[in-house]
Amino acid sequence: MIPLSWLLLLSAVLFCIGVVGVLVRRNAIVIFMSIELMLNASNLAFVAFSRHLNSLDGQVFVFFVMTVAAAEVAVGLAIIVNLFRLRETVFVDEINLLKG
Amino acid sequence: MIAFFQDPTVQIAFWGLVKIVVILFVMLGIVAYLTFFERKIAGHIQSRPGPNLVGPWGLFQPFADILKLFLKEEFIPARANKILFHIAPILAVTPALTSFAVVPIGPNFIVTDVNVGLLVFLAMSSLGVYALALAGWSSNNKYALLGGLRSAAQMISYELALGLSTIGVILLAGSLSLVDIVHAQSGTLPFGPLALPRWFVFTQPVAFVIFLICAFAETNRAPFDLPEGESELVGGFHTEYSSMKWAMFFLGEYMNMLTISSITVTLFLGGWNGPWLPESLQFLWFFGKLFALIFLFMWVRWTFPRLRYDQLMAFGWKVLLPIALLNVLATGAAVYWVGNR
Amino acid sequence: MITVLFVAFAAILVVSSLLVILHRNPLTSALFLVLAFCSLAAIYLLLHAEFIGLVQVVVYAGAIMVLFLFVIMYLNLGHDVESGVTLALRRGLGWLLGAVLVAEGALLITGRLAPGPATPQALTAAAAAAPGNTQQVGLLLYSRYLFPFEITSIILLVAMIGAIVIARGLREPAPAEAPAGSAPVTAAAPEEAPGEDA
Repeated sequence: MIPLSWLLLLSAVLFCIGVVGVLVRRNAIVIFMSIELMLNASNLAFVAFSRHLNSLDGQVFVFFVMTVAAAEVAVGLAIIVNLFRLRETVFVDEINLLKG
Repeated sequence: MIAFFQDPTVQIAFWGLVKIVVILFVMLGIVAYLTFFERKIAGHIQSRPGPNLVGPWGLFQPFADILKLFLKEEFIPARANKILFHIAPILAVTPALTSFAVVPIGPNFIVTDVNVGLLVFLAMSSLGVYALALAGWSSNNKYALLGGLRSAAQMISYELALGLSTIGVILLAGSLSLVDIVHAQSGTLPFGPLALPRWFVFTQPVAFVIFLICAFAETNRAPFDLPEGESELVGGFHTEYSSMKWAMFFLGEYMNMLTISSITVTLFLGGWNGPWLPESLQFLWFFGKLFALIFLFMWVRWTFPRLRYDQLMAFGWKVLLPIALLNVLATGAAVYWVGNR
Repeated sequence: MITVLFVAFAAILVVSSLLVILHRNPLTSALFLVLAFCSLAAIYLLLHAEFIGLVQVVVYAGAIMVLFLFVIMYLNLGHDVESGVTLALRRGLGWLLGAVLVAEGALLITGRLAPGPATPQALTAAAAAAPGNTQQVGLLLYSRYLFPFEITSIILLVAMIGAIVIARGLREPAPAEAPAGSAPVTAAAPEEAPGEDA
């Protein structure tokens, strides 16, 4: 049996890697992937708690997170593709039209 | 030392390993001879003898082929992404081999009966996209790239209808375990004066047809072999591959065909179920159905022309997917009102 | 044995997700993310969440990451080039913040939760041993969580329509756009699969 604290630590580390990825990268696609990492970190915490509390509700939530993530990726990548067509870049710091 | 071997976990691990090795070698042997049968069948369909010089009736042809491929020069294009170029052929074979872990060959012959066996198959088949897409991308060749992208789009599109068509079977069997699905197909089904075997091909004919069509598309075989359509894309995603790496793609294609045929047999054709044979020999039924299905694959390949790409996409999204959804709906309603027997 | 496997998969997970954010080539990043998702699926299997583990492979590795791969190949992105003072500033700040977050989380977990439930309460009863948890997840999904489930399907529908409309481009209804538009359009709907798997 894997201790709960290990799982939560792993989940926290994964989440922080995602946060750092969002902060340090400027490629919109990589930022998007880091967001996926954060979502998966939360999924891991859900599954860990579901196992340790002996209840399946956590797994149902993981299911919902996955579907929402899938929807988000479909729309987000469509936006990135469109952005690339308009501005020829995927770097978020070059997309500054709204900066005034 | 003896105590170590009497430990139950060690025993399970040992027999698991034995089963894996046996299945691996049997399947690789079958795949080697599938290439031979493909050429023989193609020959007969086109009124020519096919390979007949190496050994009696040409039976040693696969070994000659393997030897030839070993001795060929290995070529890696300039400015190719070397690491991905090496990984892609491995990815082409591994998922297909992995799926065999859950295929029940005989009543007591299966590597592991997991309670989500069908999902294992779907997961592995969804990983097959990477091999083709990465091979196309890493070759640094526009034909290869186009072939890779085509194959990825095609596999994603047809995987949906493939997954949906299995849901009817899951509803009727009430389980995702492939062993349970085979057990659910034992016995007979009264059909007028006749007694049909209770195979899901009779209770789920629409799902069977959809699954079969998607199986052709998933394995990139004719009439859906657009990723490697030689008349427009040279060799498709494996244009730049040579020697044993090319052989790995070839192996992967036949391995995929074998995997998806055995899943079709398990899901729709009753697996090992069949009359006359004692339980210890029932695996022969499995292989009989498997080879009949593989013959169908080859027959189709050498009979039908290739589809156009837009036809392929339109067919997958506008015809197969709605029909598969309707089938799920109808099966669900039938199970709700009639029960799943 | 399970602990050993867990540590191995956790190591793969952490290393590959670090490489996701460190590697300069977005395609390599995406492939390392696939590896991370697969090892996460293995961890789910170790936690007896078979259904979630395999859906993780089907949805994330088989659908979402293929979409990423598609877009990266379609846009033909090479290595990222980065330079400048703002970059160093941002990067330093980012890593600092990340380190602070990790330390905080570790402190919280080891300080408050370490003596927590080492073994779960009354396991082996309904949830773990029964005929595969797929069935139970499905029952929960269609009973207690029916309303959220229906909302998810609407979200998927909206996302599908949105992705198609956005990726099709603004003006041109012309067929000239077809090959470019077809990649995101065809790939926009695999997300329906998890909804149907349940």
